[in-house]
Amino acid sequence: MPASSTGAAGRRVWRNGLQRHSVGFVASKAPAQEGDRYTSFESSTFNFEQLFSFFRLLLDLKLITENLELRVANLGYHRGFLTMTNPVLQVENLVKRYGEVEAVRGVSFSVEEGEVFGLLGPNGAGKTSTIEVLEGLRVADGGRATVCGLDPQRNPNELKNEIGAVLQATSLPDKLRVSEAIRLFAGFYKRTRNPNELLRRFGLAEKRHSFYNQLSGGQKQRLALAMALVNDPRVLFLDEPTAGLDPQVRREIYTIIEELKREKKTIVLTTHYIEEAEKLCDRVAIIDHGKLIASGTPRELKQRSGDTTRVEVRLAKPTAKESLCKLDGVADALEVDGAYVLHCQRTAPAIVALVKYLEAQGNELVSLEIATPSLEDVFIELTGRRLRD
Amino acid sequence: MKTILKLATVRIRITLRNKTFLFFSLVMPMAIFFLYTGVLARGKPEAVRYWMGPILSFTVMGTFWGLSMQLVTWREQGILRRFRLAPIAPSSMIISSILANYLLIMPTVILELLLARFIYNVTSFGNLISVFVLVILGITAFGAMGLVVASVTNTMQETQIINQLLWFALIFLSGATIPLAALPHMVQRIGLFLPATYFVYGLQRAMLADAHWYTLGTVVVSLLAWAALAAFISSQLFRWEPEVKLPRNAKLWAVATILPFVLLGIWSNQNGKVLSTSANMASSYLGEGRPTENTPPADKR
Repeated sequence: MPASSTGAAGRRVWRNGLQRHSVGFVASKAPAQEGDRYTSFESSTFNFEQLFSFFRLLLDLKLITENLELRVANLGYHRGFLTMTNPVLQVENLVKRYGEVEAVRGVSFSVEEGEVFGLLGPNGAGKTSTIEVLEGLRVADGGRATVCGLDPQRNPNELKNEIGAVLQATSLPDKLRVSEAIRLFAGFYKRTRNPNELLRRFGLAEKRHSFYNQLSGGQKQRLALAMALVNDPRVLFLDEPTAGLDPQVRREIYTIIEELKREKKTIVLTTHYIEEAEKLCDRVAIIDHGKLIASGTPRELKQRSGDTTRVEVRLAKPTAKESLCKLDGVADALEVDGAYVLHCQRTAPAIVALVKYLEAQGNELVSLEIATPSLEDVFIELTGRRLRD
Repeated sequence: MKTILKLATVRIRITLRNKTFLFFSLVMPMAIFFLYTGVLARGKPEAVRYWMGPILSFTVMGTFWGLSMQLVTWREQGILRRFRLAPIAPSSMIISSILANYLLIMPTVILELLLARFIYNVTSFGNLISVFVLVILGITAFGAMGLVVASVTNTMQETQIINQLLWFALIFLSGATIPLAALPHMVQRIGLFLPATYFVYGLQRAMLADAHWYTLGTVVVSLLAWAALAAFISSQLFRWEPEVKLPRNAKLWAVATILPFVLLGIWSNQNGKVLSTSANMASSYLGEGRPTENTPPADKR
């Protein structure tokens, strides 16, 4: 048994080393004549310190290896090999046309089980068309899509048992009661969750006898979410879940989605709110004019804009953005909707230089905003437009 | 089946909570009942018995209004989209709506028969089994027609216009308001192309001549064929969403539903039996084929 003997030897050496150190320490601090008990106490404090630093080393090593594992896994994911995971949703080169208009132009992505995936883009970018092809509500004109291994057009009924969805433009009959609505839909599926429990969870228990048209916007959306979960779906599609809701209700919906995220529910959501994508999504795909222009974790995407600060200024008179680019500390400058967006490596010198420049030009500063880069900057950088055009 | 029953139950509940429904399915038929029995029949039991056919056909034909309006509203408001997310077939939506309508209209039909019995002392309604067979067929056939209308229209306004046109043709040219025998000769010939004519005629034959439903071959077969064809076409043209464009030939399909009645109309026009029988019925129950003062006098044959 060579392994165990080396282990034992190693331990002995280590103990001896400590012992030696402690002896040396005690010797320098106290006379040799001191009692055995005192010596052993001193040596034991010293041992703890060493032990502590040793554990810290172990912890560091563990973190480094974990990080490495993560990088390897990421590498595997991006290259499409090495990974053991199985995507629950796959889209390849999806195309959707409406007459002459090509709404989705060759979009590809995949979503892993338990992941919250966001499609971020302005209105009319093709997000809803993409998601509705996946839900089986629209027929694609090209490409391939599978959800839970099922083709939305070939196996629509099997698919509908596996997915839940909150649609954008939808409603329920006005005179349908909340409890009737959720029970009715529960009756359509093979696998169901307890409707009463869902209503309780979404704060609709006391509204269960209300008619649908008596509910507020937020309550309607919570009911839509509860109904989407009634068949305990493997994949949940949320199409603009907070569009048109006031900020407080929006936060309520975020809390619900975060809770679902903790439950490891696979969620595909579309949004044109930056905040929503950053806050809720594990991975985001930015989509514009029917094309996927970037994808990654929100952090990865933001790193595209480098380690810069965003300074947005409005000026009384227009100026050449080329000359703004040349200012001290400014990496680049863009003109968006009559405002200038400066990406600055060093913010303070850039602002000082900007003010001096404007003074020299006889221009006025109307407004100035400093922010860390967001996904909005990524979008501006990629398209030259704002997300909410 | 479970899906159809669940949908039908919910549809009945929603409809009963709707005030417009109560007006159209209870207040209107009652108004028509008392108008016909009180004014046209002047409370005479024999005349009331004659007018029961048109009264019941009014109630039954009204189904196509409700069904087409509900389908179009549900599609316009995106309610159908929500249903589409669940594993539900278009046929379940169609069958459940006709079933719900059947259960909603039956009480009114029974109420009208009871009122005739107890207020106007009508002692016999002829062959009641035939009456109910025809009512069931009528609800299915006219309901399916409403669904076809809803399939080819996109908005409430469009649906209402088409419904109005159909409704006036159905009630004025078929003998449901003015006895067929009292209509101008030309209109009678046009009336023979309308399903409503055969429906009113069938109901009157069952009530006045005790006809068994299986002896009313032409009426039963034509209504059955029409119901089947309309239901089939409405399931083929069923659209969950308003944006979905209709196939170019869809409107031709919708027009195809009238095919059984085109053939029947040609046949009846040559044969002349329906016209002569309904003239006989009118003259024996109302006297001289002149039922009311509403009849246009110049066009008497």
